[in-house]
Amino acid sequence: MKTKVYDSAAAALDGLLTDGMTIAAGGFGLCGIPELLIAAIRDAGVKELTVASNNAGVDDFGLGVLLQTRQVKKMISSYVGENAEFMRQYLSGELELEFNPQGTLAERMRAGGAGIPGFFTKTGVGTVIAEGKEHKDFDGQTYILERGIVADLAIVKAWKGDAQGNLIYRKTARNFNPNAATCGRICVAEVEEIVPVGSLDPDCIHTPGIFVHRIIQGPHEKRIEQRTVRTA
Amino acid sequence: MPWDRNQMAALAARELKDGMYVNLGIGIPTLVSNYIPDGVDVTLQSENGMLGMGPFPTEDEIDADLINAGKQTITELDRTSYFSSADSFAMIRGGKIDMAILGAMEVSEKGDLANWMIPKKLVKGMGGAMDLVAGVKRVVVVMDHASKHGESKLLKECTLPLTGLAVVDRIITNLGVFDVVEGGLKIVEIADGVTEDEVRKATEATLV
Repeated sequence: MKTKVYDSAAAALDGLLTDGMTIAAGGFGLCGIPELLIAAIRDAGVKELTVASNNAGVDDFGLGVLLQTRQVKKMISSYVGENAEFMRQYLSGELELEFNPQGTLAERMRAGGAGIPGFFTKTGVGTVIAEGKEHKDFDGQTYILERGIVADLAIVKAWKGDAQGNLIYRKTARNFNPNAATCGRICVAEVEEIVPVGSLDPDCIHTPGIFVHRIIQGPHEKRIEQRTVRTA
Repeated sequence: MPWDRNQMAALAARELKDGMYVNLGIGIPTLVSNYIPDGVDVTLQSENGMLGMGPFPTEDEIDADLINAGKQTITELDRTSYFSSADSFAMIRGGKIDMAILGAMEVSEKGDLANWMIPKKLVKGMGGAMDLVAGVKRVVVVMDHASKHGESKLLKECTLPLTGLAVVDRIITNLGVFDVVEGGLKIVEIADGVTEDEVRKATEATLV
């Protein structure tokens, strides 16, 4: 079998990037974001991107760097409150933004990855989110139709992985990563450590290798957004 | 005297019952965890993928992989489990979470909630709030009674884009506690030293 392991983020993305493509990214805030792959996408200069990701990083880290360079045409996100440049580009009309409720975004990725083109949810009924969407009643309650997302490329960050593409996440850095991984036609994963095949407990693998096509190893900065402590 | 932020959080904490699974929003709701009554064991859910949220870490315990939905560093407990965002919202949308305590910009007398954007001014996003109010069994709002400009945030109709329609069960403000009932809001409790007349003057929504 051809190896899934690549030497660098740039090598792992070689041949996968095109202008106008759709990318699904894992991460919540700056936690568990594919920071190496984002930096490589910036360096590659690919433009007119549609990016589905819960947040857009901060101005100088995470997906925020792709906003700085104007490589993003449209974001599909649930919360962008930490990013001043994002807000500025959106309010001035330079950037398209499709707000998705957080659970709807996660389920859109899960469904898209599972071959489910749409699903009904009561999230957003009676709000602007429901405008223009099919409404249907089930058991006396109204639901709206939301579409599964199938992205051209998924980029995710895990804690450990192996050459088969099996991934394990750590603590809340899991977040959107398993869902994003499944919804890409191609998925590239970056991990802190690539371990020998057979060393991960098969009962504890979060993302089976079938979903992951290419894998690279860190180092990661893992920046903390809100360092909050208690007095011991 | 109107209640302060901590008193409002303590009042919200009285809503917690032993064995509940609870999601706390950002702001005053986060403070609620400081006032959980003795003998009441609740499990806090954080929608970024954690059940069993512990206190803020000491300097030594800080872990970049362990944050709450407000992106603050946090700790785990013996009972903690982690899961994906899709599983997290399966709990929320699926009706497994007993209560959500959320902040708000406006609440209507029918229980409509607005807390995610001000058109052309403030665009932050709904995060998980729309899913929470759609799926959680009981929704309690904690917010100031009036805006910075002195206008009632308890309204006949919300003016801002909605987060959910008829989703709020109880509102705790700095002036009192209110339940959403048939025909309007019912006064449950008024802050010490505040008169019912003052509450009525400060409230646009119908008080029944």
